[in-house]
Amino acid sequence: MRFARFLVSRLITYFLVILIGMTIVFFVPRFLPSDPISAALGRITSSGSTMTPAQVSAMRDTLEQLYGLQGTLPEQYFNFMSRALLTGNFGQSLSFYPMPVNQLIAQSLPWTVFLLLTSTIIAWVVGNFIGLLTGYRSGKWYSKALEGIAIFLYPIPYYILALVLIILFVYIIPVFPISFSVKGKPFSPEFISSAIFNSILPGLSIIIGAFGWWILSMKALSSGIAEEDYVNFARMKGVGSGTIMRRYVLRNAILPQITLLAISIGTIFNGALIAEILFGYPGLGTLTYTAVVQTDYNLLMGTISISIIAVATAALVVDLIYPLFDPRIQYR
Amino acid sequence: MLKLRDVKAYYQTPKAVIQAVDGVTLDVFENEILGIAGESGCGKSTLLKVLYDSVQPPLKIVSGELTAEMKDENGQTVLLGPGEIRNHWWRFISYIPQGSMSVLNPVIKIETQFFDAISKKHNLNNKKEMHERIAAYLKELDLPVEVLNSYAHQLSGGMRQRVLVALGTFLHPQIVLADEPTTALDVVIQKSILLMLMEVQQRMKNSLVIVSHDMGVHYQITNRIAIMYAGKIVEVGPTEQVFNNPKHPYTQMLIQSLPHVGDRGERKGISGRPPSLIDPPKGCRYAARCPFVMDRCRETSPELIEVEPNHFAACYLNEMKGA
Amino acid sequence: MQKMRNILRLNRRLQVGSILILIFLIFGLVLPRFSPYNAIDWNVVPRNLPASKVHIFGTTSLGQDTFWLLTFAIQNSLFIGVIVAFFSTAIGVLAGLTAGYAGGVVDRVLSLLMDVFISVPSLPILILVASLLQGKTSLLTIGIALIVFNWPWPARQVRAIALSMREREFINTARFSGKGTLGIVVYEIFPYIFNWSVANFVNTVLVAISTESALAVIGLSSVQQATLGTMIYWALQYQGILGKKWYWIGSPVVAIVILFIALFLASTGFAEYSAEKRGRQSA
Repeated sequence: MRFARFLVSRLITYFLVILIGMTIVFFVPRFLPSDPISAALGRITSSGSTMTPAQVSAMRDTLEQLYGLQGTLPEQYFNFMSRALLTGNFGQSLSFYPMPVNQLIAQSLPWTVFLLLTSTIIAWVVGNFIGLLTGYRSGKWYSKALEGIAIFLYPIPYYILALVLIILFVYIIPVFPISFSVKGKPFSPEFISSAIFNSILPGLSIIIGAFGWWILSMKALSSGIAEEDYVNFARMKGVGSGTIMRRYVLRNAILPQITLLAISIGTIFNGALIAEILFGYPGLGTLTYTAVVQTDYNLLMGTISISIIAVATAALVVDLIYPLFDPRIQYR
Repeated sequence: MLKLRDVKAYYQTPKAVIQAVDGVTLDVFENEILGIAGESGCGKSTLLKVLYDSVQPPLKIVSGELTAEMKDENGQTVLLGPGEIRNHWWRFISYIPQGSMSVLNPVIKIETQFFDAISKKHNLNNKKEMHERIAAYLKELDLPVEVLNSYAHQLSGGMRQRVLVALGTFLHPQIVLADEPTTALDVVIQKSILLMLMEVQQRMKNSLVIVSHDMGVHYQITNRIAIMYAGKIVEVGPTEQVFNNPKHPYTQMLIQSLPHVGDRGERKGISGRPPSLIDPPKGCRYAARCPFVMDRCRETSPELIEVEPNHFAACYLNEMKGA
Repeated sequence: MQKMRNILRLNRRLQVGSILILIFLIFGLVLPRFSPYNAIDWNVVPRNLPASKVHIFGTTSLGQDTFWLLTFAIQNSLFIGVIVAFFSTAIGVLAGLTAGYAGGVVDRVLSLLMDVFISVPSLPILILVASLLQGKTSLLTIGIALIVFNWPWPARQVRAIALSMREREFINTARFSGKGTLGIVVYEIFPYIFNWSVANFVNTVLVAISTESALAVIGLSSVQQATLGTMIYWALQYQGILGKKWYWIGSPVVAIVILFIALFLASTGFAEYSAEKRGRQSA
C-alpha cells in the first residue's frame, strides 16, 4: 500500500517535470530576439536552391506550421506539446534535409545511453566502495590517501578532465585516436571492440568527474552509521568486521546514495554532453552541438526535448529501484 | 562462574576521568539469577560491559581481576581473563540489550541477524539446518516462527524484546547478561518478558545477570541482588533477605519507595543526587543523602562486611551494633 | 586578542582554502588595475611570443599578453560566480524558508518547482538560449539562466531545516511571546541558517563558474568577454594543444583547478568549523 502511494506520487512528479520542462523549451525562444523562420529560409536557400517568391511564401507557411507559429498562443502551445510528447515528431532536420530529426536522434541516442549508463554506474559503484572503505576504516593510511584524492578530483569540472585526458593520452602518449572512429559493421566484434576502445577516454572523464562526490558522501554516511546502535550490537555478537561492513554499514548507507544518484543524473548528463562534444563522440551531445552550429532549429528542439525526457526517465527508474533496497517501504 | 576482585574501570577522556566502576568485588555463580540494581548513572551499565569483556577506549580496566570459568566442549573447566572472554562471545556468554528500535539492523531479516551470531564458530554452515534449529527454539519460547522472516520495523516493542531474548539465548550460553530488559515496555509485556527470562534460565540452568533500576523487577525474579551506588556495590545478598532486612540506608530507601498493596502513605523519594563520578568524595559515597550519617562516614569509606550468611553490606551502622 | 586566537583555531581546510581564495581575489580584483594593456583587445602585442621578462606567460595567437589576460579572465569569472551565487542563494534561502515554514499549498508548489529545476538538466536549456542569441549572448543572460537553475539546491536544504525548526521549542516560545512571523524568521531561524548559507554560497560560486566556463569552452558563452572559459575556448580555436601553446591553454586550466579546489576546501572547511563551533558552544 505504501509502495503504491509512493509510486503514484513519483509518477505524477515525473510527468509534471517533463511537462514543465517542455513548457520552458517552448517559451524560451519566444522570449528571445530570434527569428527561426528567416534563419531556416536562409539555410535552405543558401544550400544552393533558388526559389520563386511563391515557393518562398509556401515554404514560409509550412515552416510556420512546423514551428507552431500559427494560431494563437494557446493553440501553438497545444500543438507543440502534442507534437513533442504524443507523436514525437520534430520535423525534418534543416542541416541534413530532408532527413527526419527523429532518425538522427535514433542514431545518436544509443551512443549516449551507452556512455552515460556505463560511466555513471561504474562511478557510482567504485565511488561508493571506496567511500565505504574510507568511512569504515577511517584511520588507515589508504583511507586518508583516497580521501585526499577524492577532495582533489571532486571540484574539477568535467571538461577540464576531458581536456587533460586528451592532452595526456592523445598527444603526449598517443594511445587513443584524435577523433572518434569506429570500424566494422554494426554489432560485429570489430565494431564492438572499437566502439568500446573509443569510448574509454570520454567514459573516463565522466567517471573521474563523478566518483569524487560518491566517495565523499559515502564516507560521511559510513562513518556515521558505524556509530549506530545496531552496528555496535552486531560487534557485541561477535560478527566479523567484514560482515559488519557489508551487511550492516553498506546495506544501510547505500539507501541515501540511491536517492542522491537520482538527483545527480541531471548534473552528470551535463558533464557527459560536454565530454561528447570535446571528444567528438557520436551521441546526443555532438548532435546538439551540430544543431547549434548549423542553426538547425528543428534538430535543436528535438535533441533538447529528448535530453529532458531521458534525464527525467533515468531519475524515475533510479527512484523506483529504491524500494527494492529498503524493506521499510516495501513491507508496511 | 565470573569473579570480579576490586575491579576499577574508568572512562579516560581528555577533559576528565569518570570513575564509573570503582573497586567492585562481585561473584556470579552457576544456576542463579543475579540482579544489579541502582539509579541511573550509578555505573551498572558500565559494570555490565566489564562483565561482558566489552571494554573499549575511552573505557579501561584500570586495576583489579576479572576471571571467568568456562566449561569447554569436553566438559573441562577453562579459566579466561579480559581479552580472552571475547573470543567466546555468544556461545559462553551473551548480552541482551534494551530492545529499542535501533538495536536491530533495519534492512536485513531477523533470521539473518540470528545467523550472524553463528556461522563461522559453530561449524554450522548448513542454512537449512540452522533455520530448523532456530525455529524449533523459537517454538519452545512460544514465539511465532514468522518472526524470522520479518524485519525489525514490523515488530512491536514487546516482540522485539522477546526476539532479543531468543537471540541472546539460542546458543545456550552459560552466562546471559540482560541490560534493562523491561524498561520502556508496558507493564503487561514486562511480566511476559520476565517470565520468559525465568523460564529460559530454569531450563538451561545457566547464570542470568539482570541490570535494572526497577526494584520491582528484582523482587519478582532474582535469587540474589546487588545494590550499586556511585560506582560501588553497597549491598549484596539473597533477594528475599535483602528485601526483608536491608542493611544499607540506600537499599532501605529504594525499597521504601516501592508501592505496597494496601499502603496508603505518601511515597517518599530520596532527596539529593548521587555524587559526581569524576571527583568522588573521600568518605562513604552516600553520606550526603544518608539520614543516619555520622562523622566517621565522611572520613573513610566502609567496606562490604558479612551481616548475615551470604548477605553483605557496606555501612558503618552494621559495625556499631556489633556482629 | 581573542579574535586572533579564534582565527588560528580555524581548521586546516578552511585555512588553506581561504588563503588560496585570497590570492585569487588579489589576482582578479587588484592586479587588473595595473595591467598595461586592455587585455581584451586583440593585437596589442606581437603574437605567439614565448615567455619572457616583458610577457611573463608569453602572448596569445590573438595578440594579447597571456598573463594580464588571465587576470581579467579571473576577474570576470569571479564576478559571474559571486553575482549568481548571491542571487541564487538569496532566492533559494527565501524560497526554502517560506516553503518549510508556511507549509501547505505554498510548500507543495515551491517543492514542485524545486524538483523541476533540479531534474531538468541545465546545460541543454543554456545551449538553447545561447544558440538562439547567436553571438549576442551576454554574460547577463547566462547569469540569469544560471540563477534560475541554481536556486533549488540551497532551497531544498533550507526547506528541510525550516521544517524541522518548526517543531522546535524555541520557535513556539518566540511565537507565544508575541513576535511576528518575520521577527521569528530573522531573529531565531536566520542565525542558524546563516553559517550553512555561507558554505552554500561558496559552493554555488564554484558551480556558476563551472557552468559558464563549460558553455564557453564549446563557444556558447559571450566569447568577446574574457573569462577563464572563453580563454580556453580561444586557445582551442587556435590549436592550443596541437600547437603546444601551453601557457595560453594551461594557465586558465590550472587556475580553474586551483580555484575550484580552494572554493571546495573553503566551503567544507567552513561547514566543519561552524559545526565545531556550535558543538563547543553547546558543550
